[in-house]
This record gives sequence, C-alpha cells and structure tokens, in this order.
Amino acid sequence: MTADLECIDLEKRFGDTTAVDRVSFSVPQGSFFSILGPSGCGKTTIMRMIAGFLDPSDGDILIKGKSVLDVAPNKRPVNMVFQHLALFPMMNIADNIGYGLRRAGMGKAEISRKVDEALDRIGLPGIGARKVDELSGGQKQRVAIARCMVLEPDVLLLDEPLGALDLKLRERMKVELKALQSAFDTTFVYITHDQSEALVMSDNIAVMNEGRFEQVGTARDLYYRPDTAFVAGFVGDSNRWRGRVTKLDGQNLELQSDTGMPLRGAIQGRTLNLGDVADVFVRPEAIKIAHAKDDLSHFDNQLSGKVTSLLFNGAASRVIVATDTGHGEVEVNLPQSGEFADLVKGSDVHIGWGSDHGNCFAAEAS
Amino acid sequence: MTKQSFAISAAVTVALMGGATVANADTLRLLTWGGYAPEDVVAKFEAETGHTVKVTKSNNEEMIAKLRATGGGGFDLAQPSQDRIAGPQEEFGIYKPMDMSKIDMSLFIPSMLEATKGNTTVGGDVYGVPHVWGTSGLVVDTANAGMVKDYTDLCGADVAGKVSYRLKRPTLIGFAFSMGLDPFAAYGDEAAYTDIMSQVEAKLIECKPGVKTYWGGGDELMGLLRSGEVVASMAWDTGGWKLNDDNADITFVAPAAGALGWVDTFVLPAKGKADDAAYAWINFVMQPEVAAMITAAAGNFTASDGAAEFADDALKAKYQASFPQEAIDNIKWYPPVPAGLEAIEGGVLDRVKAAN
Amino acid sequence: MRAEAKLGLALLLTPLLMWLSLLIFIPHVDVFLVSLRERVGVGQYQISFANYLTFFQEPLYLWTFLRTAVMSSLATVMTLIIAFPVSYYIAKMIKGRAQSALFLLCLVPFWVSELVRTFGWMILLRETGVISNVLQYLGLVDGPVEMLYNDGAIMIGLVYTSMLFMVVPLVTTLESLPDEVIEAGYDLGGNGISVLREIIVPHAMPGIVSGCIVVFMLSLGNYLTPTMLGGKESLWFTELIYSQFIVRFNWELGAAFGFMLLILSSAIVWGMLKLTGQSLEKTMG
Repeated sequence: MTADLECIDLEKRFGDTTAVDRVSFSVPQGSFFSILGPSGCGKTTIMRMIAGFLDPSDGDILIKGKSVLDVAPNKRPVNMVFQHLALFPMMNIADNIGYGLRRAGMGKAEISRKVDEALDRIGLPGIGARKVDELSGGQKQRVAIARCMVLEPDVLLLDEPLGALDLKLRERMKVELKALQSAFDTTFVYITHDQSEALVMSDNIAVMNEGRFEQVGTARDLYYRPDTAFVAGFVGDSNRWRGRVTKLDGQNLELQSDTGMPLRGAIQGRTLNLGDVADVFVRPEAIKIAHAKDDLSHFDNQLSGKVTSLLFNGAASRVIVATDTGHGEVEVNLPQSGEFADLVKGSDVHIGWGSDHGNCFAAEAS
Repeated sequence: MTKQSFAISAAVTVALMGGATVANADTLRLLTWGGYAPEDVVAKFEAETGHTVKVTKSNNEEMIAKLRATGGGGFDLAQPSQDRIAGPQEEFGIYKPMDMSKIDMSLFIPSMLEATKGNTTVGGDVYGVPHVWGTSGLVVDTANAGMVKDYTDLCGADVAGKVSYRLKRPTLIGFAFSMGLDPFAAYGDEAAYTDIMSQVEAKLIECKPGVKTYWGGGDELMGLLRSGEVVASMAWDTGGWKLNDDNADITFVAPAAGALGWVDTFVLPAKGKADDAAYAWINFVMQPEVAAMITAAAGNFTASDGAAEFADDALKAKYQASFPQEAIDNIKWYPPVPAGLEAIEGGVLDRVKAAN
Repeated sequence: MRAEAKLGLALLLTPLLMWLSLLIFIPHVDVFLVSLRERVGVGQYQISFANYLTFFQEPLYLWTFLRTAVMSSLATVMTLIIAFPVSYYIAKMIKGRAQSALFLLCLVPFWVSELVRTFGWMILLRETGVISNVLQYLGLVDGPVEMLYNDGAIMIGLVYTSMLFMVVPLVTTLESLPDEVIEAGYDLGGNGISVLREIIVPHAMPGIVSGCIVVFMLSLGNYLTPTMLGGKESLWFTELIYSQFIVRFNWELGAAFGFMLLILSSAIVWGMLKLTGQSLEKTMG
C-alpha cells in the first residue's frame, strides 16, 4: 500500500538559513501523524510546502504516490485547518462549509445536502444559518474541520488549531479531534509545539528541531526510548544532570555530575567512552521516595535529602528534594497512596531509582 | 467662581478687547487688487505715518461679496471699480460717504475726479475717488493673427481653435459694442438690455466652437498666449504689454469698437474703523512719485496729476503704440451698473457655457 | 455624586455640542433662511420658495447637477478600480519599510496645494505640454495633441486628487484581513478571481463604502479641478454656487443651490448604501 503522504529529502532554504533540512517521512493512509517541535523549528514551513504555499528548495512531496510539486495549492488533494481557523467571517456557517464545493462547481442542491451531512457529522446540525462569530471556540474548530472534510481530501493538515483555545476546551478537543479523525478515516498531519496534544492524539510523532527530524516514532517510543538528548528533554519532564563518565560496565555506566554527585545510568545501545561529558535524564515518576533508607536498597541510585518545596497538582503532585550532600535538587513524583500526605517542607526523605531509568547521552559540544 | 469675581473678570475682558480695538485703529486693513499696494510703497507709508498696513488682494466681485458678508466690516479701505459702487451701495449699503475735505483734491487729475464723483454719488453723497485706471481689449499675436482688430474678429475662421476669452460681463459688453449695439445706453432699460444680451448670447454660442477655452485667471491666459496655443484673446492692456516684453509680436490692441475703460477707486467700507489712516493712505499714494511706483508695479496709470512724468518711458511707449489719439477718444468707460443687471447677464453666461 | 457625574458629562459634551452647533448647525440654518428669501426690489425681500422653484424649473441647473453627480460617481468608480490593487499591494504584498515608503508615496502629492497639483496636470496635458511633446518625439502622433480642457482631464484631476482618500480606508480594512483567511480561500479550491470576489471584496466592503462616500463627496464639492481642467461646456455644480454668490451677488439662489447640493448628495449616498446593502453604522464601526 502506498502512503497517503510521502516527503523525500525535503529541503527549504531562505537565503542563508536552512529552515527545513533534508526531511523524509511517510504517513500511511488513515493515520494521525504529528510533527512536534519548538517554535521556529521549521514545522510550519513543512506544512506550508505540503499545502503548496511554499515551494521546496529541494526534494519531493508525493500524495498517493504522485508528486504534487507542480500542482497549485487550490488543486492539491490536501486541505488545511489554519492556526486561527480562518473561517470566512463574511459568510454564514453553511456558506463556509460549502465554499470548497461551490468552487468545485457542484450543484446547489447537492452542496446543501453535503453541508447538512457534514454538520450532522460534527454534531452541530442546524447551525448553517448562523454567523461565524456566534459560535464558541470549539464549535468553530469543528466547522473548520468540516469545511475541509466535505472536500474529501487525501490529507488534512492541521496547523496548531488548538493553540487559541483555553486549557479545558483544549483537553476536550484533543479527544474530539481524534474521534473525528477516525470517523472520517482521513490522514491527518498535525503540527504543534504542545507535546501533550501530540502524545494523546498521534499514531506517529516526529520530533523536530532546527530543521531536522530528531526521531520519528510512537508516543511510547519517544517517551520511554528517546533517541537523542533533545527528545529526552523536550518530550515529558525530566531531571537533567551533566557529568563526566567515570566507569563503564556494559550498558550501564557511572558518572560524576558537575556538582559532584555520583550517578548511575544506562546508555541503551549508544556509545559513550570513559571521560566523556554526558547528560543523564531521569523522569520524576521513575524516582521512588521513601521514609526509610532500607526501602530503596534495591536501587543503585540512592540519595537522602530534605523537602524544599511541595508542588501539589492532584495526581501529578511533586516534591523537590535538596540532597544532604548539597549536590543539587531532584524533582520527584509523589505516589498516590497517601503514604506521603504528611510530608512538609523540611521533612527528611530518601529517594532512589534504577540505573536503567537514567538515560545517558553524549553531551552536545556546546 | 463667585458672582462678583465673574463680573469683574468679564469687565476686564471687555476692557481689554476694547483697548485692543483702539490700538488697532492705527492698522489700515486694505482690500485691493494685486499690484496696487507694492511693498516699497507700504514700507514708505508706514515709515512716514506710523500706521501699519495689512493688504488683502482680491477682485471686484470678491470685494463686494466680502463686504456684503460682514455688512461693510473687516476692512478700512477698499478699491472696487467705479461702476460697482452705486448699485451695491443701494442694494446692500456696504460703504460710507467720503469726507472730501480730508482729501487733497489737488493731487487728482480734475476731469477724472469729477467723473468718478459723478458715477459714485448716491443720494447726494460721494462714495468714491479714482485711483488706477486702465482698459481691456484684445491681446493679439500680430504675426499669426494680425487680422483680429475687433471683438467679433475672435470668431473668424482664420483663428478658429486658437482664441480665448472670459465668460464674464466684459465679454458681453465688448461683443455688444462690436456688433454695433450700445449696451451702456440700455443700462436703465431692462427690456432693451435683455434684447441686446440675447443677441450677444446667440453670437457667443455661434462662436463657441472656435474658442480653445474660456480662460479663468490671468496666469492661465498668460500661459496660453506665451505657449502660442492661443493667438488672440480678450484681455487687459497690462497683460498685453507684459507679454510684449517677452515676444515683440504679441501686444495689446485697442479694438475698433473701442477699448473698455475702467477706473478703480477708493471707497470706505461702512464699518471701517481707521478712516484717518485710510485718508492718509489716499493722500499718500496720490503723490506723483508714489503713484509712479504703483504704475511700475501694476502696469496701469493712475489718476494722480503729474505722475506720468515719473512713469517708465518703455511703458509710455507701449501705451502710445496701443492707443493713438482716436483710440483714446473711443474708449468706452463703464457707467455705474444698476442693481439687477447681473441676473440678466448671469443667465446669458450660463446658457453660453452650457451650449454645445 | 450623581449630580457631579451629570455635571462632568455636561462639561465633557459642551465642546462637542458647541462645535456641532456653532460650526455645523447654525451656518446651515442660516444658509437655509437665506435660501428662502426672494428679492422683490432694491434691498427688499420676502419669504418664498422661489429660489428652489428656479432650481427645478431651469433645465440648465438640474442638468448641471446631474452631470456633476454622474461624473463624480464615475470618478469614484475609477478611483476605486485604481486604488484597490494599489491598496492590496501595500496592505498584503509587502511588509516593513517598503510598505511605509509606498504609503508615504501616496501621501506626497498632498504636501503641495491643490492649485499646484492642478497646474502640474495642466503642464502635462496641454497642447504644448509634456505628454504632447513626448508623443510627437516618439512619432506616435503627427501634430500637437490637446488633452486639456475636456471631461477626461477633469476625470484625471479628480481621480488623482481623490486617490489618498480611497487608499487609506482600503489599506486599513485590507490589513485587518488575516493572510490565512486568503490562503484558506485558495486552499479550499478558490482561484484569484473567486477569492477576490467572495473573500477579499466582502471583507473590504466597509472600507470600499467609506472610501467611496468620501471620494464622491469630495468630487461633488470640488471646485478648482473642474474649473481649471475642464473645457468650454464643463459646468460643475459648485461653479454655479460660486458664481451665484460671488459674481451675480445672488446669495439667495446660491444658498438654495447649496442646500439642494446637500440634500441631493445625501440622498445619493443613502441610495447607494441601500443599493449595496450597507449601513452607515457598519461602515463607520
């Protein structure tokens, strides 16, 4: 089966700067593909090249196996949901959704049938006569998607469409978008700088940085098996230390942090040599907290310290522990058991984690 | 603010404003034509008398409109043509009588002074004394349009598309004379005047295709003649003489039917506040030496007795070339325009303009 | 407290009301009263509608008004057609310094007086003028061409004078149209023409309408351009008013003309708004 969308060695240069640097990926039919990266990483440039608003400097874009480089944006079987949705304020909802069909020269009766069908599908029947500014943010969102979907595009591009919504609505729309995607069974390409949007909705995610893809994989891969230090740092929260490798033992190693703390970690198949400078990433939820030192005896990283702050956030509550040795602070997830409900600032605690949770990467030469 | 303090401050304000008015009495607000109050004359007058002069340049119609709008206020001395004094005075009462005892009558050419006094007398009071006089007639490029000798010659086929004139009353009057009619004699008879004007209207409509454009301002006319786009036009004598300096072929021609003579006067606006300064200005500029300075600036001669001696010889030569003795005798001096004639003329001018 | 608030409001409103009444309302009432006077003899007047009757009975006056209105409308449409692409280019196609520079360029002609601008056109268009000479030099014409003193010259002058007043509201409204809305128009299958017709023009409608009203009123009320550039037959309504007031000393008829100009031009603007389905509130808001 050919992929719905395939980019081969895609490159875009603006003068001396390379915004997109030889990016290749393919998106299978019916899947939800996200490009995740900080602002300015080049993800919007990729999307605009796919939509046809920008010409690539090099490389090729294939849709259903055919190159679309010579196809104008209004002829490409690709539609886009814009960051601010770009609904046409001068038209009512039905005209917004019917716009593309009118352009395609469809008859009036059929347009209105299709528009009603689309409105049903997004769960907003009967709002066709309303004006754009009478809708709520979430409703506009759905209309913007319906406006594209009536055209039955091969690929739907979404450019951070949730960015303008408030937090609560954003959470709900994540679920809804995913549901709409599987209902329409269309290939979605979604770009965002918000990792939780990408992680929740996507089948596959590409993490992008400085014009390049750092890693392409499932949410699980990216979270637990980051390929690069950037991915480890960008996806999810981590405690991060920099240090020098003092001992190598197969996949495990020991290093001394810049602040003098001894740490044990794993290289997961990557190469590191004795004396190299390395970064260790440890997720707060991988670190266990205990009242007694003995409870942590099976971990090869063990520290004692005092609680310096309590960060209550329901299920995601954390504490920050300052080590007794004065080597730094560690962010630790609080277990939900209630066992540590009595923790206060200044409490003595012990923390520990296994060396396989300490992802080590050769430090960037910076 | 208490009532008393308000009253005091109001009184102070009034007093200050009153004071300002008294101080302003030494400022002469002069409503005149371009060239009639040249800077050197104004400077000399201010140095000799201590008065200051504020000059506003205008033309006949605007002068009267301005004075009418204020009921004769805003200016201390105005200079409309002598034919435009009696009518507007009767209709709008915008002038006040002249106190002839304050004017040094020996400075004036006696015949002109008497004629102007006669023309500007309303109800036994004299309202104007003469200042500058001149004529309007034809300005002709003699090399290309030597055949143009009279107003109606502007309709000739030889100069079609290369002539111009204004759509204003002098054109109506000039054409009427040229057609053998006497509009001035019909001034008092509305029916006769209407009849003359309708004949002129027909003639002007007949001539219209040959007219390049109806000129509106002096600068525009100068441009047309200088560029050669127009070879013959109705215009003032001074305009012709000025062009003659640049191109010896172009000059002022007194039409066979007679040049139209005008006299610009001095009048006192009804609400003028600096009469003494106004009389001082009149007596000052009528001195022969000063009058000659004005002639040099405006290009026209004045009613000042003896000023001709001080005038520029080149100008005198041009004048004599344009005006042989019989042409001078043939000048048609504008009599006072009775109120209401403008409406008849206006209708004619509108219809000529709209005609195709 | 409430009394103080009322006083404050009154103090705030006073300058506005003074301005409205002293500079707008009272003069109009005065003009209206003058227009109702009929001259019956030397210095004698009576109240009547004779002046308005004159306006409607004399075909010349009605015809002149009609001509002025039609030519002003034409000038408005031409200004719109020329100004729209210019405004679109300034608002959407260029950014930063070039944008300000082009905008400034539109403003430059307004640094000199209207008289000088009109003289400029006279120098260009006249028979012995620049364009005529260039055409002869290029061998495109045999003899001198006269482009001045006709209705075309009036049009050029009016459009030139009005450009800025069309460009400013258009640039403002076009700038408020997000680029992504235009892109969405293309992305969903629209081409240049349909995006212009369905998205850009409807969005710019308030700017188009306010620009058109301003340009129409300015053209209608223009005096200098039609009188200086126009030909022998080019009567303009303001010229009639001027000549009634200044040349004919007939303030009464002039005032009636002025009032008719106010009423008829307002009626035309109102009719146009109705015809295009716009309202003044929408345009100004």
